[in-house]
Amino acid sequence: MDYEEAKEKIISTLSKKKGKTKFYFNDLAKILEAKPRDAKKIVNRLVQEEVLEFWSSGSTSMYGLKGAGKQAAAEEGD
Amino acid sequence: MPKHETPMLDQLESGPWPSFVSDIKQEAESRAKNERNIEYQIPQDVCEDILGVLELSYKHKRTHWKHGGIVGVFGYGGGVIGRYCDQPEMFPGVAHFHTLRVNQPGGKFYTTEYLRQLCDLWEFRGSGITNMHGSTGDIVFLGTTTPQLEEIFYEMTHKLNQDLGGSGSNLRTPSDCVGEARCEFACYDTQALCYDLTMTYQDELHRPAFPYKFKFKFDGCPNCCVASIARADMSFIGTWRDDIRIDQEAVQAYIGGELAPNAGAHKGRDWGKFDIQKEVIDLCPTQCMWMEGKELKIDNKECNRCMHCINVMPRALRIGNDRGLSILVGAKAPILDGAQMGSMLVPFIKAEAPYDEIKEIIEKIWDWWMEEGKNRERLGELMKRQGFQKLLEVTELKPDPRMVQEPRSNPYIFWKEEEVEGGWDRDINEFRKYHQR
Ligand code: SF4
Ligand code: SF4
Repeated sequence: MDYEEAKEKIISTLSKKKGKTKFYFNDLAKILEAKPRDAKKIVNRLVQEEVLEFWSSGSTSMYGLKGAGKQAAAEEGD
Repeated sequence: MPKHETPMLDQLESGPWPSFVSDIKQEAESRAKNERNIEYQIPQDVCEDILGVLELSYKHKRTHWKHGGIVGVFGYGGGVIGRYCDQPEMFPGVAHFHTLRVNQPGGKFYTTEYLRQLCDLWEFRGSGITNMHGSTGDIVFLGTTTPQLEEIFYEMTHKLNQDLGGSGSNLRTPSDCVGEARCEFACYDTQALCYDLTMTYQDELHRPAFPYKFKFKFDGCPNCCVASIARADMSFIGTWRDDIRIDQEAVQAYIGGELAPNAGAHKGRDWGKFDIQKEVIDLCPTQCMWMEGKELKIDNKECNRCMHCINVMPRALRIGNDRGLSILVGAKAPILDGAQMGSMLVPFIKAEAPYDEIKEIIEKIWDWWMEEGKNRERLGELMKRQGFQKLLEVTELKPDPRMVQEPRSNPYIFWKEEEVEGGWDRDINEFRKYHQR
C-alpha cells in the first residue's frame, strides 16, 4: 500500500468509529494490514503531517485524528 | 501568611525525615521573594497551589489531578505527560501541571554547573519542583503549562545538549549504574552500552509503537545498583566466566583484623571480631567456599556470582578477568499478575562495541512482542502467556540449564515432533513387546 492510500484508509476508518477517538498502535497496524515496523513508518509520517496526534496517559500511548475528541477540545480551550 | 491553610500537610513535616512538604514550601517562599528577579513564565504562586490542591486531596480522599493528554513537543510521542487540575478556579497556578522527563546523563554524572542550568531553566519556565530521579532514572520536571513545552525543549536540546526521556508505550530512558567510572566491581562499561543503545534506539524512545512501556537497565555487576533485575523488561547485568581472583595475603589481613570487612561500611557498632567462616563461607548461597589451612578456596563452577564474598572482602576477592554480561528479561512491577523478577535469557555475552550481538537479541524480542503483545501487555506477561520456550524460539537461543531458576517451577521445555527421531509415530507391535496393555 502506498502512503497516500494508507493515509486515506486511516482517516476514513478512524473517522467512522463512533464515540471512539483514541486508538492503540496495534489498532492502526491492523487497519493498515501491515507488520508493526512498516506500520510505524506510515504512522510516524502521519504524525509529522499532523494528520494523527499522540495521546499519552503517561504509561500508555494512543493515537487519534488531530483535533478529534473531548480531550482535544478541552486542552485547546485552556 | 500562606495562600492556603494546609494543616494536614504541616503535620507531615513533623516526622523525623526530610519532608517534600518543606521542600515545596521553601520553593514557594523563594518564588514569592524572587530575589533574582526572574521573569516567571508560569504563575509565581504555583507551589502554593500545589500545596493547596494536595491538602484538598487529603481532605476529600480523592485526587484532583486529571492525568494524560495530547500535549507534547512536536514529533515526540513521549517525554511529556499532560496533567490538569480539576479545580482550576481554586488553584489557577496548577490548572496545567505537565511533567517533563529529561534523559539523565550516563551514571547520573553531572557537573554542578549543568545542574544549575537545568534548575534555572526550570525556575524560569516551570514550577521549580523536580524529582531527582524518577523510578526510570530520568530527571523529572514537575509542573509547567502547555505554551512552555516547546520553549523548554528548544533550550534543552540547543543549549544544554540534553534530550527528553521516554514515557508512554516507548522505550523508556535507559538507565545505568556508575559502572567502570567509579566502581571496581563493574564487569563492563555500563555507560558506554547505555549511551550506545540510547542513540541507536532514538526512534523507539521518542515515537511510541510498542504495546506498552519497555525498559532497559544496565548494572555493572550482580549487586544491581539500578535494580535492573526487578524492574527492567531487559536487564543487562555484568558477570564473569572465569574465576574470582583471590589474594590470599589480603584474606589473612581480613582474618587478622588489619582490613575492615565491607570496607568499613558497618563499623557504626561493634560486631565483634571478623569471622570468615560465619560471615563469608557459611553465607555463600551455593556453599562453594572453604578454608584449606590458611588458604581460601572457591569452587568457581558452583559460584553463582552473588557478590557476597566480594562485597565483604573487596581487597581479597576480585571479579574475574573474562567479563561480559547476562541478559535477563521480563521483570516488572505488580500492576497485572503481580511483580515479576527477570528471567535468565543469555547467561553470558561479551559487551564490546558496536554490540551487534546484543542488538540482534533486542530486535528479535521487539519483533515478537510488537506482533504478539496485547495492548498494555509487558514483555514479562507475554512470556508467561506464550511460554519461555516461545521466547527461545524467537530469539533463536538454545535452552540452557542456567535458564532454570529452580527445578519444577520454571517453564518446562518440551520437545517438538520434528526434534525427535522418528517423530511421535511408533510401531505399536514393537512397543507391545515390552509393555503390557
Ligand atoms: S551495579 Fe555493581 S558495578 Fe554497578 S555500581 Fe553497583 S556495585 Fe558497582
Ligand atoms: S560470589 Fe557468592 S556464590 Fe560466588 S563464591 Fe562468593 S559468596 Fe559464593
